[in-house]
Amino acid sequence: MKNCLVVDDSKVIRKVARHILESLDLSVSEAVDGRDALTQCETSVPDVVLLDWNMPVMSGMEFLQALPDANLSARPKIIFCTTENGISHIKAAVEAGADEYVMKPFDRETLESKLTIVGVI
Amino acid sequence: MALPPSADPLLSGSVSSADPMRGAARIFSGLLEARTGQILSESRAWRMETALKPVLRAHGLSDMDALASRLMGHKDAMLENDVVNALLNNESSFFRDLQIFDMIHRHILPRIHAQRSDRTLRIWSAGCSTGQEVYSLAIQLCNDMARWRGWRIEILATDISTAAIAQAKTGIFTQMDVQRGLPVGDLLKWFDPSGDDWRANSALRQMIDFRTDNLFDAHAPQGEYDLLLCRNVLLYFTPERRQSVLRLLARHSHAGSVLLLGAGETVIGHSEDFVPHAEFRGGYGRRADAAAQSGGAMRRAV
Ligand SMILES: C[S@@+](CC[C@H](N)C(=O)[O-])C[C@H]1O[C@@H](n2cnc3c(N)ncnc32)[C@H](O)[C@@H]1O
Repeated sequence: MKNCLVVDDSKVIRKVARHILESLDLSVSEAVDGRDALTQCETSVPDVVLLDWNMPVMSGMEFLQALPDANLSARPKIIFCTTENGISHIKAAVEAGADEYVMKPFDRETLESKLTIVGVI
Repeated sequence: MALPPSADPLLSGSVSSADPMRGAARIFSGLLEARTGQILSESRAWRMETALKPVLRAHGLSDMDALASRLMGHKDAMLENDVVNALLNNESSFFRDLQIFDMIHRHILPRIHAQRSDRTLRIWSAGCSTGQEVYSLAIQLCNDMARWRGWRIEILATDISTAAIAQAKTGIFTQMDVQRGLPVGDLLKWFDPSGDDWRANSALRQMIDFRTDNLFDAHAPQGEYDLLLCRNVLLYFTPERRQSVLRLLARHSHAGSVLLLGAGETVIGHSEDFVPHAEFRGGYGRRADAAAQSGGAMRRAV
């Protein structure tokens, strides 16, 4: 079973995401910010990270920037979650290494589509 | 307006109240079928009222009964058209059924490329809705520009819905639309922001010839196409109508053409012209003897 790490400071969003991801037959772990996510990735690399943009301690962008220097055994796919639709915003995330992005609030169909595009399901 | 017998409003009294096709609803579904051949699925019949709300508003009508009497009262082509547009199922998404697009990209297009010595690629999407299917194809071709340099590429996209075709021509898609199936790299490369929406750039838009056309009275297709898509269109036609559409598609194909239908749709039992493709799983090709009768392996001139 493939694993998805959900990184979001909102408990509600994590819960919604978990519900959808589990229904897509993925196992789910959770992190409350970028720092927590990085620590978890160092122990065990998930197949895909669902990454929020705005978080305290370490933002999504900072997580992406820190990822190359972290000594991970593999590179997870990164799906970026954002509330902003601006092109510069999306470009910045992709340039920093995100594989895909979703707008919040997301639904099952959208997440399924993005997970298919990155090849996780 | 020619209504089939089942649409007679006088019959409505005999239908149970749990039937979504009561009274006025039968008139609308009858109109839809008479104009497009589409039979309203049960789930859509239940949502008919929601679908028709904008039509009621636009024409200043109070409810479904008022709409029905207006339709029966006098010929109002615009109103009829609006009702038909509202009831058609236009659901579509970019790269819908990703494996099919993978097969198009990896196998079908390279095959056509190798075979067509006249360096012309002709594609027809029949029932293209708001265009996601053909924009996906155009994106694949543009991403593979080096291969197609010097080729003449013709993409015809037809649909009976005037609203869907008007929308498709603009190339404008909502955030929700682009989230469904369009990879972010392609979004950034081939679309420009347009307010809160996204617009396919002019290079993509210029590749596609969108036309309003009825599959039962087709005028837009000309000559033969190498790749034909008629996906998620046949599902709600009667068996006779499916046969008739498949005959039309056969008339516009040649021995080397590939036909793609939607997941869950098949030619089996509906066509003497097409058989499951020997190489492309899920695709269909012309039956060898049928193809020979209609002109052999070469595409005829348009
Ligand atoms: C569900 S959509 C499929 C769109 C696209 N091919 C796809 O698979 O994503 C079906 C389309 O068929 C169109 N359609 C239905 N009856 C038709 C007819 N008689 N002639 C042409 N188009 C028709 C509808 O308007 C609708 O846009």
